[in-house]
Amino acid sequence: MLRFIFRRAAVGVLVLVAVAILTFALTNAAVDPARAIAGDSATADDIRAIRELYGFDRPLHIQFLAWAQDIIQGDLGQSYRQRRPVSDVVLERLPVTMILGATAFLLAVVVAIPLGILAGLKPNSWIDRCALTIAVLGQAVPNFWLALMGIVIFSVQLRLLPASGSGTWQSFVLPSVALAYYAMPTLMRLTRAGMIDTLQSDYVRTARAKGLLPPQVVLKHALRNAILPLVSVSAVQLGMMLGGSVVIETIFAMQGIGYLAWESITMSDPPVVQAIVLTIASFYVVLTFSADVINAWLDPRLRGS
Amino acid sequence: MTTAGHNATASEREESIARRRSAISRYLGHRSLVIGGVGLALLILIAVFAPLLTWHDPYMQDLTSRRIPPIWHGWFYDNPKAGWLHPLGTDPLGRDYFTRLVYGARISLFVGFSVVALSCVIGTTLGVLAGYFGGRIDAVISFIVTTRLSMPVVLVALAVVSIFDGSLQVVILVLGLLLWDRFAVVMRSVTLQIKSQEFVTAARAVGCSNLRIILTEIMPNVANSLIIVATIEMAVAIIYEASLSFLGLGIQPPLPSWGLMLAEARPEIFFAAWMITLPGIALFLLVLFVNLLGDGVRDITAPEGRA
Repeated sequence: MLRFIFRRAAVGVLVLVAVAILTFALTNAAVDPARAIAGDSATADDIRAIRELYGFDRPLHIQFLAWAQDIIQGDLGQSYRQRRPVSDVVLERLPVTMILGATAFLLAVVVAIPLGILAGLKPNSWIDRCALTIAVLGQAVPNFWLALMGIVIFSVQLRLLPASGSGTWQSFVLPSVALAYYAMPTLMRLTRAGMIDTLQSDYVRTARAKGLLPPQVVLKHALRNAILPLVSVSAVQLGMMLGGSVVIETIFAMQGIGYLAWESITMSDPPVVQAIVLTIASFYVVLTFSADVINAWLDPRLRGS
Repeated sequence: MTTAGHNATASEREESIARRRSAISRYLGHRSLVIGGVGLALLILIAVFAPLLTWHDPYMQDLTSRRIPPIWHGWFYDNPKAGWLHPLGTDPLGRDYFTRLVYGARISLFVGFSVVALSCVIGTTLGVLAGYFGGRIDAVISFIVTTRLSMPVVLVALAVVSIFDGSLQVVILVLGLLLWDRFAVVMRSVTLQIKSQEFVTAARAVGCSNLRIILTEIMPNVANSLIIVATIEMAVAIIYEASLSFLGLGIQPPLPSWGLMLAEARPEIFFAAWMITLPGIALFLLVLFVNLLGDGVRDITAPEGRA
């Protein structure tokens, strides 16, 4: 088990290094940082001075190593636009995205798992067909359009919920629902398929034959195995939500890292964009790592591979 | 699959699942295949014959007829501006909304097909190579896939598009280079399954080269899975294009991208909500048809893959 954890962690670290190299290459190939700092009104001399001051005249791989060394020490550089440390800029925006992601994820799980269990218990029943229809329709609705329609109905017409901001709990309702709606069908289908498969299995048949009551069979024997695959998919979905919140946060002007990312991209502030890509990638790597460890702990057969 | 006994119970179970699921397939499978196929064909026809379906120009601005509501506003709300000249109304620049929606289908479909073509080539190559050769090649390719998965698509796409400036080509290229992961993962596992079958062993025994085995023995057998993944990726690509264009870092005005139309209609949200409803419904229908088609193909070719 320890060996498995160690090997899996090593892969995670390597992935992060690869992401860092790609992010660095992307942002440096793209924007001339000296020009971005200097602004539009700068002369050629100004730009040359800035290039020497910040060390942009060094070879790229040396710049990357210096940048990577700073990151390991917790220094993510300076924001070109806000003229203060990137870590401050990102950290003060992180809580909103975390709350939004967590609420949306919980919402998706709370709806998807019971619905998936009910649908899986009686395949082809009316509740199963309802659940499948919801899943098929849900996967076809673009979540930013759902958000806009939410604003039209609940903010403009009913005046129940705010159309923008992230100050009060009410302003989290529409964004969370819009984000959750996208992840829900996947989780629901997976729970349903897991239930159908485990209810067919020998140990559930044995449990039934022993005379256990149906709720006991479903909750204690079937469900535990049915939701095993959910662990890793949940990690992936949660990671995708953090990345996918860019669109939703921008629509609702929520002060999270998604909106910050959009602002930084449109105002060409590469250090902040780099930091946000790295932050989201780190979350993804940590989440999938935890999911793999949990799975290996629950199911020893996975430890070998 | 270590013992014969295990094999027997597994296949028995699969059989009973398949039997029960054939009922669902009959109910949903063919129905979704038909609805999805016909719907998608209809939208493709609309996109191809767009100039014949409307007498307006999608780029023609008319400042005297801006924000005309759709025809049903004339029926139900007695709005005198609504009329048959602009059945779905006009946008804030006076361009005919129906015409722009019809021409918008061209963009979404073109993006969908092009992105899938590009990502299919990349993902399938990587997946088949990883599955066929295994070992170190598999480890390297799996690492590349994991790295790609940990990069947030929307964010990276936004950043790249902002660098090269938004255009149809850039959006297609960026999405195609980002969305190959599902092809790679699925093709790898399908190739692994096929590789161990007898006809592949036979081909190898006869002395076929690796390239020949991949092209003549493996590829024809992954086609079904390829179609299913292609429909999923096409739906994803269409939604991503709309999202990027909506955020202003995708397809640029005056092209009638549905995502861009949603962005242009956003300031009208308080007075003309229909301007937001219509492009969304168009997007929803296209994605729904593509998904239904994929579900239908999966039900017919691989009923056990249904989840």
